[in-house]
Amino acid sequence: MTAIATSEAPVAVRPAKARGPAAELVVRLFRDKPLGALGGVVFLIFLVCGLLAPILAPHGINETDLHHRLEAPSLAFPLGTDHLGRDVFSRILIGAQVSMIVAMAAASLATVISLLIGLLAGYFGGRFDMITQRFVDAWMTFPDLVLLIVVISVVGPGIPQIIGVLALLYGIAGSRIVRSAVISVRGNMHVTAARAMGAGPVHILWRHILPGVMPVAIVLWTTRIGAVILAEAGLSFLGLGVPPPAPTWGGMLSGAGRTYMYLGPWLALAPGLCLAVVVYGVNVLGDALRDLLDARMRGAR
Amino acid sequence: MGEYVARRLLALIPTLFFASLIVFLAIRLIPGDVIDLMLAQNDVASSLDREAIESALGLDRPIFEQYFRWIGSALQGDLGRSLWQNTPVTEQLLDRLPITFELGLLALIVSISIAIPIGIYSAVKQDTAGDYVARSFSLVMLAVPSFWLGTLVMVFPSVWWRWSPELEFTPFFEDPLRNLGHMLPPAILLGLALSAITMRMTRTMMLEVLRQDYIRTARAKGLPESLVVVRHALRNSLIPVVTLIGLQAPLLIGGAVILEQIFAVPGMGQLLLEAVSQRDYPVVSGVFLIIGIGVLLINLAVDLSYGFLDPRVRQQ
Repeated sequence: MTAIATSEAPVAVRPAKARGPAAELVVRLFRDKPLGALGGVVFLIFLVCGLLAPILAPHGINETDLHHRLEAPSLAFPLGTDHLGRDVFSRILIGAQVSMIVAMAAASLATVISLLIGLLAGYFGGRFDMITQRFVDAWMTFPDLVLLIVVISVVGPGIPQIIGVLALLYGIAGSRIVRSAVISVRGNMHVTAARAMGAGPVHILWRHILPGVMPVAIVLWTTRIGAVILAEAGLSFLGLGVPPPAPTWGGMLSGAGRTYMYLGPWLALAPGLCLAVVVYGVNVLGDALRDLLDARMRGAR
Repeated sequence: MGEYVARRLLALIPTLFFASLIVFLAIRLIPGDVIDLMLAQNDVASSLDREAIESALGLDRPIFEQYFRWIGSALQGDLGRSLWQNTPVTEQLLDRLPITFELGLLALIVSISIAIPIGIYSAVKQDTAGDYVARSFSLVMLAVPSFWLGTLVMVFPSVWWRWSPELEFTPFFEDPLRNLGHMLPPAILLGLALSAITMRMTRTMMLEVLRQDYIRTARAKGLPESLVVVRHALRNSLIPVVTLIGLQAPLLIGGAVILEQIFAVPGMGQLLLEAVSQRDYPVVSGVFLIIGIGVLLINLAVDLSYGFLDPRVRQQ
């Protein structure tokens, strides 16, 4: 509500600078980047639906009903039923839950890994940085999906494994972006001043460099969410992601259901559409945040 | 130029070393019980016992020795043998590689022929309705998973018009037309997915070039806008786009894995997935290594052509 009020009367509300930086960012998002804000809202809706899925789902996800096999969408089954008579809408909701849990956990963990590697490599530089960079080069050589397939084939499918592998994949790749941000912040006056006053590296990294790198980390986190959702769906589509009894969007498009899509084409629509909409939402949010936060960093320099 | 090539080649060595280490360690992560699983899963395994598998994977030796033996024979073109088919991995790779290469090449052609004209148009007509439509298209394509589009292409034409894409592979040299008929649907989908990124980049590069002084000079001379764009701006903005196409090599291969699966294209991706489902680790690590080396070589080629096209790069 405050955001809407702001967009109508920006001049009147401007003096309220007492807001925290996070709240101010949200206000600026709604005011300057309506498409990005819309993307954020779409993502939030999916997130809430995913978290509340067990309450919202009208039918049990593995509740088979052989009298209602392959029924077209109706009031009782808003998205129709599959070949076992399971309600597609309920399965989509639980699929959202799986997707959101994996996305949030893996993207957050990946950002932490990127920060750790990027801060250390960027701040200390030298030989450690050189070796790390060559390793990151090699790591980024492998196509995401191929790396995921190989590692999952070794550690086995399952939600914790998927989260771990995705976090490692995107965490290492993202460290490069954090590193270059650290290098640019490291040269700032306030860092030199802190060092001159005898501050230790941990203190400098934590108090003086990390805050400067945070905008980059936020953008990184947002863009990773979209990438993680697509990667998890791709893996589940190939049967290497979240194992079958749990419904996933990627899994719903593959496996046994695939042969029945010719009889019930609606089975092919909902999971892919959800994926596309939520990833589109996160991507435009990420683009908007990048524009907003980068502009701010330019102003600060 | 010679010095530039030499420097590039030298820079490749540490990356190749780490890449081989990643492939090696990924496979080394196999926990012991997976070997039991392999034994239980495959009936053929009766001829193989635990020790045979361990020695085939080289797991029975100290880790340093394992790495050097593995990389030593890999350098001689020996990637071991498939555990279940007992054929050399190199042979299997040589069968599949050209097919994925063809798919990738077709996809690249599709992607370039969509992305570059639209990207240029989008930059020249910045902030018009056309630019807006083009940018929205690329944002949407970035979000739509290719395996969903592939599924739609399989299902809906069949439901509506009783037509479905060809799923039987014919080698190119046997019947080029049938081969293309089979390869084109996945290539177009893959190309569409890639075009989203290439379009964005072409637009950004073109906008950057259009803002430069020499473009203003060209306009001030009174050159028609079409000449300014084609002869002056395009040449310079296409150089970074060449690099970009190289950077897409991993995306191209990753996308090919999924689309090969949907459209039954017997390429590297399908080989990888077959090997993964059979837990045929020598094949998995062979495919993994070849994909990594392939991407590195493509990037090397792109770097070299970049240096050739832009003299400034050589002097850095």
